[in-house]
Amino acid sequence: MKKYTFTEKKDTRSGFGAGMHELGKQNPNVVALCADLVGSLKLEPFIKENPDRFIQCGISEANMIGVSAGLTIGGKIPFATTFANFATGRVYDQIRQSVAYSNKNVKICASHAGLTLGEDGATHQILEDLGMMKMLPGMTVINPCDYNQTKAATIAIADHEGPVYLRFGRPVIPVFTAADQKFEIGKAWMVNEGTDVSIFATGHMVWEAIQAGEQLEAEGINAEIINIHTIKPLDEEAVLKSVEKTGCVVTAEEHNRIGGLGDSIAQVLVKNKLVPQEYVAVNDSFGESGTPTQLMEKYGLTAKDIVAAAKRAIERK
Amino acid sequence: MEIEQLEKVASQVRRDIVRMVHSCQSGHPGGSLGCTDLLVALYFERMMLNEQDGKPVFDMNGTGEDLFFLSNGHISPVWYSTLARRGYFPVEELATFRKLDSRLQGHPTTHEHLEGIRIASGSLGQGLSVALGAAMAKKLNKDKGIIYVLMGDGEQQEGQVWEAASFAPHHEVDNLIAFIDLNGQQIDGPTVKVMNNRDLGKKYEAFGWEVISIEEGNDMAAILKGLYEAKSRLGHGRPILVLLHTGMGFGVDFMMGSHKWHGVAPNDEQLAAALGQLEETLGDY
Repeated sequence: MKKYTFTEKKDTRSGFGAGMHELGKQNPNVVALCADLVGSLKLEPFIKENPDRFIQCGISEANMIGVSAGLTIGGKIPFATTFANFATGRVYDQIRQSVAYSNKNVKICASHAGLTLGEDGATHQILEDLGMMKMLPGMTVINPCDYNQTKAATIAIADHEGPVYLRFGRPVIPVFTAADQKFEIGKAWMVNEGTDVSIFATGHMVWEAIQAGEQLEAEGINAEIINIHTIKPLDEEAVLKSVEKTGCVVTAEEHNRIGGLGDSIAQVLVKNKLVPQEYVAVNDSFGESGTPTQLMEKYGLTAKDIVAAAKRAIERK
Repeated sequence: MEIEQLEKVASQVRRDIVRMVHSCQSGHPGGSLGCTDLLVALYFERMMLNEQDGKPVFDMNGTGEDLFFLSNGHISPVWYSTLARRGYFPVEELATFRKLDSRLQGHPTTHEHLEGIRIASGSLGQGLSVALGAAMAKKLNKDKGIIYVLMGDGEQQEGQVWEAASFAPHHEVDNLIAFIDLNGQQIDGPTVKVMNNRDLGKKYEAFGWEVISIEEGNDMAAILKGLYEAKSRLGHGRPILVLLHTGMGFGVDFMMGSHKWHGVAPNDEQLAAALGQLEETLGDY
């Protein structure tokens, strides 16, 4: 098992803020919009240096999506930012008509996704956003795994023509990917090569998968771990190549088991190569208040759960 | 263009509208007929459009020109006809409206790359927000072009409209003129009965808009005068709202003033009666 170490823990939303700061210097067409959550989205450095390219929308997310779509007419690259719940479910029809169907170059950047939002509870903990966004034709859906990868993804999507949903979160987690990485949209990242089981993880679950890999290794199981940071378009080739080798699959995501990464992988398997698959995901329920750690444990989204799922998958081979 | 010429174009656009909805036996003639005079005035007289050899040249960004957005996308027939008659695409294409493989979808879309269309609309309440974004892009680009956007009065019942109404004065978007087609009708009946908007002018004023009224929204001279006045008020830190009083179905007597012709196509007999009231001025497609 390849060793992954870290010297610090950071939140992925800060990676987004750092990426925006960088984009502010690099790309004069980048415009940031926010619906009264500037601090939560870590936009201060961008706003300080580019006050004319920041648009405060107030608590009006529907309007923010429409304004973003309009800004693209004139060549701007709008980054519309708020919590994931308000960036997707609340404004689904606005995204559908004015952004996706109209094929506008809008970047919807969503923080506080999933259970790890914590104490605010289920009203804010969206677990359906990946599903909603990936169902929209033409939408690119990205869920990076740590601070550095989120920063790199933020910078990369500015150069990608077309609508993008970028999902990140609030908790501080280990920073284990390279600071100078090049982010390739749609290209899965091989975390660890293995032969016994393929673990496809996304977002915060990638670090859990790495820890699970170490535990499995201690028990003599050689896990292949792949970071699927781009849910759509899915790197089907990487998935199938891995499955050829391992013959069974675990998918891990901080999302409802319905409609997320697991279902995307299952679709590839059903079509190409039937192998056992185990889901590590929220079991079709809403979340609740609690600390992020408590919630991830209660809803079965830890390294321990990935280990158990891997054993079940291997058993079913 | 002289008023008389503009009226001739409007008559042809009205013929196009009823022929289009008759041909596919679906679509929305009422609001289309009511807004015909406004769209003709804008595209044939008031809007500054990028042209080459007398024909409009379309690109998505619309750099240096005025842009028009239709928020109440269901009145697509009037927009399609106006665009075609203005030279954006061949008038023959109007015959494909709402038919399979057409670029003239039931509601406007960019998906089929139809010249003149910059955003999909149809799901109501979104157009003002989009227009505001386009207006802000023009400001960021130091582009002097003006943004025009048309909404329905029934559409004012959508919450997003009021998010946008708050946003525009706050950000001093003063390169935008919004119209509300005040025809007083929506699908289920008169607007005052379905959901009374009450005094929209006062509402927008309270939100910080400059509001003017065109009482005769189907009179070309009144529209041109109103558009001139609206434009003269731009650039002073406030967005402009024009309350455009129109008659739904204007120009075809049996379609006028009733919500019944919101989204119903005429039969053969009704088509003949309608065309009998509308002079063919530029040749039918």
